[in-house]
Amino acid sequence: MPAPADILLQVRDLRTWFLTDAGPVRAVDGVSFDLRAGETLGIVGESGSGKSVCAKSIMRLLDEPARIVGGSILFQGRDLANLDEAAIRSVRGREIAMVFQDPMTSLNPVLRIARQLVEAMTAHGRFTPKAARLRAIDLLRRMGVGAPERAINSYPHQFSGGMRQRVMLSMGFSNEPALLIADEPTTALDVTIQAQILELLRELNHDFGTAVILISHDLGVIANVCQRILVMYAGEVVEEGPPEELLSDPRHPYTWALLHAAPRIDATATDRRLATIDGQPPDPRAWPDGCRFRARCPFAIAQCADHPALLPINDTRASRCWVTQQGGTLRPPERAHPAPTMAIADARQPLLEVTDLHKHFVLPKDGYFTPARVLRAVDGVSLTVHRGETVGLVGESGCGKSTLARLVTRLHAPTAGKIVFDGIDISQARQSDIRPLRRRMQMIFQDPYASLNPRMSVGEILAGPLLLHRIVDSRSAASGRVGELLDLVGLPATAAGRFPHEFSGGQRQRISIARALAVGPDLVVADEPISALDVNIQAQIINLMVDLQERLGLTYLFIAHDLAVVRHVCDRIIVLYLGKVMEIARAADLFTRPLHPYTSTLIAAAPVPDPRIERTRRHVPMKGEPPSAVNPPSGCRFRTRCPIAQPRCTVEEPVLQPGVAGQMVACHFPGAL
Amino acid sequence: MIRYVFSRLATSIVLVLLATLVVFLIANTIPGDPALAALGDEQASDPAAVSAFRALYGLDKPLWEQYWRFLQRLAHGDFGRSISSRRAVMADIIDYAPATIELATIAFLLSLLIGLPLGIIAAVRRDSWVDHLARAVALIGVSAPTFWLAFIMLAIFYGYLGWAPGTGRLDPIAFAPDRITGMLLIDTIILGDWETFRDAAAHLVLPSIVLASATIGLITRTTRAAMLEALSQDYVRVARAKGLLARVVITGHALPNAMLPVVTLGGLAYANLLTGAVMTETVFSWPGLGRYTFRSAVSVDFPAIMAITTIVAAVFVLVNFLVDLSYAMLDPRVVKK
Amino acid sequence: MSLAPALIMPRMASPTRRWVRRYGLAAAGAVIVIVWVLAAIFAPLVSPHDPYLVNVVNRLKPPSALHWLGTDALGRDVFTRIIYGARISLAVGLVVVLVGGLFGTLLGAVAAYARGWAEEALMRVTDLVFCFPPIVLAMAIAAALGIGTVNTVIAMLVVWWPKFARLARSLVITQRSLEYVEAAQSVGFGPVHILGRQIIPNAVGPLIVLVTLDLGHAILVFAGLSFLGLGVVPPTAEWGAMVAEGRELVQQWWVATFPGIAILTVVMGFNFVGDGIRDWLDPHARTR
Repeated sequence: MPAPADILLQVRDLRTWFLTDAGPVRAVDGVSFDLRAGETLGIVGESGSGKSVCAKSIMRLLDEPARIVGGSILFQGRDLANLDEAAIRSVRGREIAMVFQDPMTSLNPVLRIARQLVEAMTAHGRFTPKAARLRAIDLLRRMGVGAPERAINSYPHQFSGGMRQRVMLSMGFSNEPALLIADEPTTALDVTIQAQILELLRELNHDFGTAVILISHDLGVIANVCQRILVMYAGEVVEEGPPEELLSDPRHPYTWALLHAAPRIDATATDRRLATIDGQPPDPRAWPDGCRFRARCPFAIAQCADHPALLPINDTRASRCWVTQQGGTLRPPERAHPAPTMAIADARQPLLEVTDLHKHFVLPKDGYFTPARVLRAVDGVSLTVHRGETVGLVGESGCGKSTLARLVTRLHAPTAGKIVFDGIDISQARQSDIRPLRRRMQMIFQDPYASLNPRMSVGEILAGPLLLHRIVDSRSAASGRVGELLDLVGLPATAAGRFPHEFSGGQRQRISIARALAVGPDLVVADEPISALDVNIQAQIINLMVDLQERLGLTYLFIAHDLAVVRHVCDRIIVLYLGKVMEIARAADLFTRPLHPYTSTLIAAAPVPDPRIERTRRHVPMKGEPPSAVNPPSGCRFRTRCPIAQPRCTVEEPVLQPGVAGQMVACHFPGAL
Repeated sequence: MIRYVFSRLATSIVLVLLATLVVFLIANTIPGDPALAALGDEQASDPAAVSAFRALYGLDKPLWEQYWRFLQRLAHGDFGRSISSRRAVMADIIDYAPATIELATIAFLLSLLIGLPLGIIAAVRRDSWVDHLARAVALIGVSAPTFWLAFIMLAIFYGYLGWAPGTGRLDPIAFAPDRITGMLLIDTIILGDWETFRDAAAHLVLPSIVLASATIGLITRTTRAAMLEALSQDYVRVARAKGLLARVVITGHALPNAMLPVVTLGGLAYANLLTGAVMTETVFSWPGLGRYTFRSAVSVDFPAIMAITTIVAAVFVLVNFLVDLSYAMLDPRVVKK
Repeated sequence: MSLAPALIMPRMASPTRRWVRRYGLAAAGAVIVIVWVLAAIFAPLVSPHDPYLVNVVNRLKPPSALHWLGTDALGRDVFTRIIYGARISLAVGLVVVLVGGLFGTLLGAVAAYARGWAEEALMRVTDLVFCFPPIVLAMAIAAALGIGTVNTVIAMLVVWWPKFARLARSLVITQRSLEYVEAAQSVGFGPVHILGRQIIPNAVGPLIVLVTLDLGHAILVFAGLSFLGLGVVPPTAEWGAMVAEGRELVQQWWVATFPGIAILTVVMGFNFVGDGIRDWLDPHARTR
């Protein structure tokens, strides 16, 4: 245990409850931990585990009806839980600063950046407005904001998400606080920007000696920045320890489950199924007696009916588990399917062929006298999907992957180019002509909350397509088929009578899959089907999709921004950047031998939840932010961020051509990085 | 920015012209013969008198020609002659407009003065007594019929208590000051006639409260809702996390954002006050545009109706234009550089 | 463990108080509205007198046991006339809001779903109607068509539909960007099904709020037009007209005061119900 002298923050038995009309929601329910000066502490857990509420409790930024109902937060000799409003205000922003999840909404849209940065400093009387302004410019420069003298006079909407998060970091460090709390600071950002921000956070911790609490759902993010990790589950800390040990030898089954449920970018899949745990986190209104993880735990023993305490394992580690406290081990997950026979794609049978596809959106004009601007969302994409194959489509936000998904399913009409589905040209077909084909191609959507009509019961949602396409000829036949569909996606038949809001995100995504499968499609286009879900639920949905593919012979076009997921589930991968294809390769080839520098940087930016491996990985410097698709750069579109760009890349656009072993790449210097 | 202003201005002018065309067409297609209405039963039975009347006012020409003539005269600020008052419509309007502008402006300022603070405090202290008071004020304001409220106020404060003067703009025995702008408060200040100023101000108290009642309710309601919305935003939490005073968080961060919907509503409300004071003016015998409109409508005074419609549309479009401009100034996202 | 005094749990509100806080306002409004509706339907049973019986001998009598709210200048019973007045006010409010609301909603929803020139045209037309304050336009139309209840209702309808069209349009635009609409398209449903069976049921909440609040507003506007002499034809018992008849009678305050209170209560009733529904639909308010 650290010497008391250098302990900066000491949280003891913190309880923060939401006092709702329906009874208290015990979001944080007995959390204790220490933080040393200058230390980096990671808090990891799924949504609802209480990690964000914990952070807000420290800052006393809780909104009604949340209350700290017990415990203490000792910070430099004061109990923050007990301070009056004036005293806590002198701590906020001065001694403890906070950076929030969504940089798009964290800055006041009607105030200039300068004002927002300066007032953070002048509020504590440490700087005159003039000095604060100069310091703000210095800070912005330190945080990597280009031309800070000009940037400081901008409004937030003129900045991208990554830049705004840099502004938020400038604000956070402006008073040289002793502690910075970063609540999911990179979750809303693309992976390359995430890597930049995490690198910056590491440097700032080193240079300023500021202690950092980093909250994230992503073990990879935490592992790369933090010296110590807290794992939270159901309102309490279940495990604590340094990342090297905790991630290679977890001592709590929940940590174990988190670790095995997430696909890894550095591992080739032997089986596309992932290890998952069953069920849902318990209800925070009534935590179960005993161990809160017991109902989902594959290792549970009789003693787990009693509530375990967080007990030390050694000098640096602690765990809240009867099994490991008694010397039990958590064996690696067993594979249900030892030697998987993957569906062999028939390379001679293309199901979907896309040739030189374009989609240009005309943006609304600013006024009568300005020329219309055109957003080239998809700008000349060609690809083929073979029967039985899973093709991954990856790229950062704004690369056109979602638009492409809506083009091939003809929810949008293409501006130019050809889409051939199973030999039928649908590129210019009218909606009424496509309708019969919709039986054969279906879509799964990203947002499990928006993609189901809240006014329709699950039975109605699933029966609608059946009746529309006359797959069944009566309502009673439909309800029988609905039962089968629910069974197929692992939901009880009783679900048919209930409404979407009664289900969790993962269950809703199962309903969404059942709806897509109702009509018996050949091709399923999945638009980021798991990105809104927690890690374990992600794994469950991936397993379900893999099962269904084997049983029904489905073909998937799988859109994602998470490279590890794509590597795990896809046969072939297409990398998009600003509406153009950069590289097409088999999954294994792409990750072992990326030819395009963009692919290399993407892979390097994705974090691995193991600091020892992370230290040996190659880090490719990734410059800047993606340019706008309204004004794409000349020549190669990636050249403005490419570490190996040459003058030739500015003038000559590389064409997609075969590289090594059937890999296709659009680069003048393939494999040079 | 300049480009934005010009394109907004162009839209506004097109809209006004369209509005005049619509009214012109409506007025000409619905039944109701202005000649018969103006001449009275005796003269209207004489066909010669009717056709002479039609020729005098250009009613015998084809529609498109009448409209073209209307536009031509409009360019010179000439709306023709009122059929009922037999004077130039423009002269009538110049006579009646100042009384309405004065009343509407005072009522508008009153609404802002009461509605804004009440709405802000109600949102900041949600579920407190101020919030309940704000709700009650808003509710009674939008529910009470203006004409009835006017009657009640007059009956109580003039009839029984005698605290307020009676109807009209000035005491019946007082002399009106020389006309400069036609707005009595301004004219008396310019002339230094403080006695008349007090008289005019006293006569404004009841009608402006009555006229403002509904607007106070609307502004309170909108301000409260907009402030609640702004206070729940992430940037307010960030401002608190900086350690700013609660007062600074509210006035410096939440308020500028909450003002956006209030400006839109405020503009519309002012335009409504300027053009919709009919009831208040009727009860208080206020010689304003509202009563002129009413009289013109009842007597199917075609040139007057056209003129009023054009002016009303212009007022609305102008106010909307000003709202858009202030929006652009308040919200940097509206105009991209 | 230290418990800060300020941080001790407050007592939970009792279920009754919670119910009152959540539904009290709406319930009070509903009671007011129902009382008025029943009074209007059973007017002959409720009221002791004939609303049109002129009795000059009995004119301008103050409230008494016989005439609860007094008599007017023609000796007619004010209470009876108010009860009968509820019939016309409620009927006009209902017709204007339902017909105008339905027309505006359909137009706005279809235009928003179709997008393109249809939406553009609709928005320009509503812009135009918004250029005129409703009362001025209604006045002009009522005056031109001639005075009478039906003509006044027609005049009100002309100015009434655009706000519903605008609201429906914005609701449909919000809904149509949600993924469930794309899902319905990708399943193969046609536009009529998607708009009618999927989008509109999800947009109906705010529309119901507007209808409820607007019922009060329509009653108010109609009473105003009647007050100006542009609504009902005498001797029809109507609240606005009754206030007009009594507005010179300051000494006989009951003639104008009570019809005004009738308007105030019924409009407030509808406002309570509308506010209640809005709070109930608002996710922010529901967490409390």
